[in-house]
Amino acid sequence: MTEQPTKPVPTPDAESQPFFDGAKRGVLMLRRCNACSASLHPATETCTECLSDDLTWAEASGRGALHSFGLMHQNYHPAFTDELPYNLAVVELDEGPRFNSNVVGIDSDALTVGMALEVTFEQYSDEISLPKFRPAG
Amino acid sequence: MANLSGKGAIVGLGMTEMTREYTKSAAGLAAEAIRLAIDDAGLLKEDIDGLLINAGVTQGISTGLQRALGMRDLRLVNHMNGQGSTAGQMVQFATMAIEAEMASAVVCVFADSPLRPGMSAGAAYAGGAAGGPTGLRGLGRSYGFFGTNLSYALAARRHMGLYGTTNDHFGAVAVSNRKWATMNPAAMQRGEMTIDDYHGSRWIVEPFHLLDCTLVTNGAVAVVVTSAERARDLKQPPVHVLGMGQGHPGNPQRAGYENEINTGAALAKETAFGMAGVTVDDIDIAELYDCYTYTTLVTLEDYGFCEKGEGGAFVADGRLEPGGALPTNTGGGQLSGYYMWGMTPLSEAVIQARGQGGERQVEKHDTVLVSTQGGILDHHATLILSPHPSNQ
Repeated sequence: MTEQPTKPVPTPDAESQPFFDGAKRGVLMLRRCNACSASLHPATETCTECLSDDLTWAEASGRGALHSFGLMHQNYHPAFTDELPYNLAVVELDEGPRFNSNVVGIDSDALTVGMALEVTFEQYSDEISLPKFRPAG
Repeated sequence: MANLSGKGAIVGLGMTEMTREYTKSAAGLAAEAIRLAIDDAGLLKEDIDGLLINAGVTQGISTGLQRALGMRDLRLVNHMNGQGSTAGQMVQFATMAIEAEMASAVVCVFADSPLRPGMSAGAAYAGGAAGGPTGLRGLGRSYGFFGTNLSYALAARRHMGLYGTTNDHFGAVAVSNRKWATMNPAAMQRGEMTIDDYHGSRWIVEPFHLLDCTLVTNGAVAVVVTSAERARDLKQPPVHVLGMGQGHPGNPQRAGYENEINTGAALAKETAFGMAGVTVDDIDIAELYDCYTYTTLVTLEDYGFCEKGEGGAFVADGRLEPGGALPTNTGGGQLSGYYMWGMTPLSEAVIQARGQGGERQVEKHDTVLVSTQGGILDHHATLILSPHPSNQ
């Protein structure tokens, strides 16, 4: 019996649970600073704008622009082997934070720096979905 | 504070063999480079009273090096980590300590031995590819983000997208480095390389081919820093430190931060060129951290050799090559020479400033720029070196 290798599936912890809960229901969650209202990457513990640690969760618009991208040709992990070369994208969300993800629904040759993107979600397991991005409709 | 221009000098240089083979531990390599550097300076172990250490990716050396070398009664010891910018930083802190009379002769060393039998260069810098992340730390693995090559590829692609930079431009940097390397006996890649060879080399992570990427290396480099006054009586022609500066622009990965296309070289330059009293027009030789072809191109822009966004055109016409207007990475750099982090540009700068470059020696070598860079274009340290104690 051969088993298809699976991509690394994150295990939520207490800090990140709201992010994964949001993803499961199709919403990209960001941190927001209660002191200065800055929107922050979901992994943020301290506000990079005012140093407050009084952060809450807020829903993102899911819209952004392709800050940069690369096409991976190296085989680091068996679950990605069949997809080589696959794209890796840095998405600058309209709220400000940059989020590392993949762009789906487009040929990699058509990717351009600055193109408009919107979030979509890909199921990794029964419990875990992750935000990906597609060209904005 | 007093201007430190010309107060410090590099008087010793020690380099092990640069190799893909595993010969000995990083600590063993460090010891060899230190012994060579002290001997090169015409000093004795007992003359050394400071030790600054920069470990590479394997973290194979630390302050324990003092014990391993039996060094007594040091007045200055630290294991520094500004990543790839550390070599430049070590010379800076050594010079400050010497001028403050906290130490008189300081050894600065980098050593690493990431390559072991059966391990690829990519694996040495892969940063843990296995296993699922916990929470959001390491989430990139779920998307297939692996390795340092990718981080620099993303920086390069941004520059391409904003300014129209191309692989032809990156290739020009790689070809120039190789032309210099053919004249450097210490370089690891000395075979002829054309722009077609560059384009034909396999993709690593687009936009980078294999020949856009540095050569992971086992080896060590050490330098000895002392006062300009003491340097006059030593074995080698002194290499004076005329300017020093650092720049760390910061990158919280959000809108408004663009350190990957506007690097800390610009900030470091302001301080270092100001201290030395020089402008870009005074630079005879540029020794730049070139872990990737793109790093050279963007660094040249940030020092002001050309306008932001024009680095591609600037490097395209052979300007960096032997006989070009701005001899750059004259030992082959990290791309074709050897990857000793910031010690690559520093070691070649010392060789050129002394006039000991042999076949590749640049005739006019009065003012040599050393640019060391670390992280993903996060940290930067600049030195202006010269065979003369001042630029007057």
